[in-house]
This record gives sequence, C-alpha cells and structure tokens, in this order.
Amino acid sequence: MSETPLLEAVEVSKRFTVGSRFSVRGRHIVHAVDAVSLAVRPGEPVGLVGEAGCGTSTLGRCMVRLYDITSGTLRFNGVDISGKSMREMRPLRKEVQMVFQDPYASLNPRRRVRDIIAEPLRVHSKLPGEAIKTRVAELLDLVGLHRDHAMRFPHEFSGGQRQRIGIARAIALAPKLIVLDEPVSALDVSVQAQIVNLLADLQERLKLTYVFIAHDLSVVRQVSTRIAVMYLGSIVELGRAEDIFARPAHPYTQALISAVPVPDITKSGSRSRIVLSGDVPTPVNPPSGCRFHPRCPMAQDRCRTERPVLSPPDGGRRVACHFPL
Amino acid sequence: MLEVRDLRVSFHTEQGLMQAVDGVSFDVKEGEILGVVGESGSGKTVSLLAVMGLISDPNAVITGSIRYRGRELVGLPPRDMRKLRGREIAMIFQDPMTALTPVYTIGWQIAEQIMAHEKIGKAAARTRAIDLLAEVNMSDPAEAVDRYPHQLSGGMRQRAVIAMALSCNPALLVADEPTTALDVTVQAQILDLMRKLQRNHKSAVVFITHDMGVIAEIADRVMVMYAGRIVESGSKRDLFLDPRHPYTRALLDSIPPLAGKRPRRLRSIPGSPPSLLDRPAGCSFGPRCPKRFDRCAAQPALTGASHAAACFLVAPP
Repeated sequence: MSETPLLEAVEVSKRFTVGSRFSVRGRHIVHAVDAVSLAVRPGEPVGLVGEAGCGTSTLGRCMVRLYDITSGTLRFNGVDISGKSMREMRPLRKEVQMVFQDPYASLNPRRRVRDIIAEPLRVHSKLPGEAIKTRVAELLDLVGLHRDHAMRFPHEFSGGQRQRIGIARAIALAPKLIVLDEPVSALDVSVQAQIVNLLADLQERLKLTYVFIAHDLSVVRQVSTRIAVMYLGSIVELGRAEDIFARPAHPYTQALISAVPVPDITKSGSRSRIVLSGDVPTPVNPPSGCRFHPRCPMAQDRCRTERPVLSPPDGGRRVACHFPL
Repeated sequence: MLEVRDLRVSFHTEQGLMQAVDGVSFDVKEGEILGVVGESGSGKTVSLLAVMGLISDPNAVITGSIRYRGRELVGLPPRDMRKLRGREIAMIFQDPMTALTPVYTIGWQIAEQIMAHEKIGKAAARTRAIDLLAEVNMSDPAEAVDRYPHQLSGGMRQRAVIAMALSCNPALLVADEPTTALDVTVQAQILDLMRKLQRNHKSAVVFITHDMGVIAEIADRVMVMYAGRIVESGSKRDLFLDPRHPYTRALLDSIPPLAGKRPRRLRSIPGSPPSLLDRPAGCSFGPRCPKRFDRCAAQPALTGASHAAACFLVAPP
C-alpha cells in the first residue's frame, strides 16, 4: 500500500445559501460540511456514517466534485483538484465514479441498458464501436446481468437489477475510486445482501477503492475497513471498523450503534440501549460548543462552550469529544 | 378480536389480474403486538388496508372474511366503516408528511378527529390534543399544537400522527412501517414510545415492517409474508430461534451482523421476488429456494398450530 492517499480532503467545507433569493435578511447559510479532513488510501474502503442532515452525502458529492467546495483542499493522487474547472476535471472523471441511491432516478428511462453502460466509454475512451459492444457484454457479466439485457430499458428491471446497471456504468472505465451514496438503502433486504456481495467481489477483482455512504450501520460494517462517523457536518469519530463497533469512543457513535434493531432475540434483552432525545438540529443554526451536546447523555459545562476537535490519531483512532468513552 | 379468514385481494390491471393477497388467514388477540414482515410486493400493506376498508380502487376485488369483534367488515357500507375507523381501529402510515394535511395545524387535525367521533366542544378537543401531544413526548406540546406539519421534523411529525391515531383510544392500531422513513436514533425513540403507549392503552397493534430487527424489538407474534401469502407464523421466540420456512431463515441470514466476526460474504437469496402478475406455479418461493425438491411444484399449505409454516419440508406435528 502506497503512502500517498488516493483522495485526500483537507479542511473541506461546503456551505449552501438557502431561503429568499431577494432579501439578504431572509437568507441563511447552511454549513453542510464543516472543515472535514479525511484521507482515503488505496484499497482501503471508507464508510461514511451519519443520519439525515449530517453531511455525508454532501461530502461524497464534494469528493467527486459534483459540488464545488466552498473552502479547503481536495487532492486526488497528490494533485490538487479543488479548483479545477469542468474541462480540467474531465480526464479525472475516468478515475472517480459514483453510484447513486435511487436506481429509479439515476438511469435515463429513455435509453437502453447498452447505451447507458456504453456512455462513459464513448465519452472517455477511443474504443471503436465493436470493442465497446464487447466491453458492455463483459460488464454485464461482471455485475451478474444477462447479455440479453443489453437491449432492454430500465423500467423492465427490478430495483436490484437497476442498481447492478448503475454499478456496471460506474466500473465501465475501470476507475480507481467509487463513491457509493446509499447504494442499497432503496432495496429489499434479500436483494441488499446480493448487492453487498457483488460490491465485495468487484472490489477484489478490479482493485477498487470505495467510499461507502450509508445510514445502515450493519451494511457499513460489512463493506468498509475504516469508518468516519459524521454529526452535523463534522467528523466526530474516525477509525478502523472493528475498533469502532467494538468500543465506540464518541457518545454519538455509541448511541447510533445501540439504536440499530438487531434481529436476535437472545441478545436484544441484554443489550443496553441508549435512546437519544430529540433530533439532529438544523445545520442553519448549529448548537454552540460541541454540536452534539444538546442530545448527549454525558454533556458537561465545557461541552456547551468549547468545541472539541478531532484528537490526534491513537492507534488509528480519532475522536472529537472532551470526554471520550 | 380480529379474525381474518381466506382474505383475497386482487386488482384488475391492463396486464391482467394481479393477485396481491392470496388466501391469508390470521387472528389478532386483544392487547398483543403482531409483527407482519415481508418485502415490497409481499401483500403485507394491502391485506391490512383491506382490514381498514381503505381500498377504494374500483378495480379491486376483495373476498374472504374479516371479522372485528364478531362483526363482518367485508362488504360493510362505507358509512358504518367510517364510524369504526379512527374510533375502534386506527392506522399510522409510513410517511408522516403525506398522512398530515399541510394546510392545517397539527392541533386542528387532532381536534378534528376527536370531534368527528365524540360529542365534544372545540376548546375541550384542543385541550385533549395538547394532552395527547404530551403523551407522545412532543417537546413543548402547548406550543407544538399550533405548528404546521412542515415546521416539524420527521420524528415530531410521526409523533403527531401517533397522537392522532390514539385520540379515540382505539382497540386496534395498525402501524404500516411507522419508522422506516426515520433516522435510526429517532426510530429507537418511536419504538420506545409505541411500546409504552401499547402498555398504557392496552391496544392491540399490527406492526408492518420489512426489518427483522424491528420485529425482534417490538412484536409478540410474527407473521412472515411472501408473494401475497403467509409463509410462516408463530411467536417471536419460535420464529427467531427455530425458523422453519427457508425464506424466513434466508431473510435472517441475509442481514449483516453488527457484532462478532465479519463474514466474508453474506448469505444472500438469489433472484428477486416474483411478479404478482406472473406468479410461479406451486410454491412461490420455489424458484429462489436452496432446498427446492420435486414436491415444490405444488403449493404447500400453511401447516401447524401456533407455529405454522407453508413448506413441504416441515413435517406436520
């Protein structure tokens, strides 16, 4: 494993302006992602976890430059890509691809599967028509679809099959990094497991690196070796998946893990459960100090005024809490 | 209290007859929580909508018998059904935003429901609404009563919907995926709340979900549905400790574990659920079943008393 991270975010922030477009007073700034630093090393799948409004999707989209970042630096393979124009980004699109949550909305209903998968090849490679056809057939095999499916339209497929089409499109150019934004949350449980297995196979065969965004902790645990837990736009805990699940250090991580309903009745009684009160606050007007303090069962005076920063790595683990567990 | 016998719901569609619910029979006893699990298209929502008398599609055909406290609900005139619904049987939906009217305050909506079923004045109904909001742990109920749905978060909206459903103290509460649209930490709050309310009000609850984890937390008895039929039913203990139908077992296996060693691969179920327009002959799960054998060409009946499964591999007791 090389030392240069494949993708490195340094103090990346993304702010959106919401509210009235006409009056300055009605305007608000949403700090969707607030000075996040994260390095994705080659071959080391990273899971981004957090509830709605915590900035995981926004960060994912910033990483592939679907959003322009407000401040900070993004480096891909050591090259600064934060300020690159669309045209300058184009060669990099081959290396970084994305898979979206909704397999219904992310495929053009008027195009055949063949054309959907061939699109990135037509744009980026100089392959002749025949070669593209062969490659599309290969890709269909790779994601477990039938070659005959190439001539069909998206509406003829089930949700799981559509997600396979989306994955085939993402891997068409043999990218190095794929950002997957909730790729299985729209699917039925029995189909989720198929897609999770497919992603694991592809990772091994094609040497892919994933950034996996999901709110389902058990799925994230299955696919990533490192996990970043986000709360209200910042990373609150970062570390190896096993460590985080075995011994969460941030109270939010602990509550998040304990809130997952486990289909095991022998254990559900013995598990101590932490039920947080309230909701994730709005990022328009985040709480002072530690942003988690209004919901934190362990909050003290210091948490209300002073914002904790991510601790220096301790055995690969970093946590943003004054009183880690 | 609720007896459903051989319920069938089908819809005439352009592509032919779609059999959404195909011969479902079950009981709900006073004060129990029945969990109904199944994937999308398994008929779990449609069968309970039929119980609520909420299938108004002119292309729908409902046959069979639904008896609520001895009273037959299939074919009941809408006027009589309306008196029952809300007062005796209430429902909570998955998406709290669409279950609420955006143009009225939640207090108004709860009060309206109370006034529709009881002889009560406006001011008294409003007071009741505030009490109900307090009961569902709404923060600052006196202020929340005048809020519009869009001013509330998803969890708070679902609380308002639950308050509305509880307003007439129903004997039977049908909850259709009430926590699916919510975040995990909020889901935990709502599950806690529902358990507490069920204890206090002693209502029977039918809890529809696709999440086996949620079932393990909340249900007393469980019913697993697949392609419009019940494939297994039994107590929570029976179902989780001794799953008999291959589908139930596969469903439990396909969930990634949260603790312990990470399996290299998840045991997944191949294929996808069948289309209800073109159901396979014999056992519906047959084409995806790892244990398929020649008898599966016929349709297995649900056999067994308290713990029943529809599979030829399950020896009749």
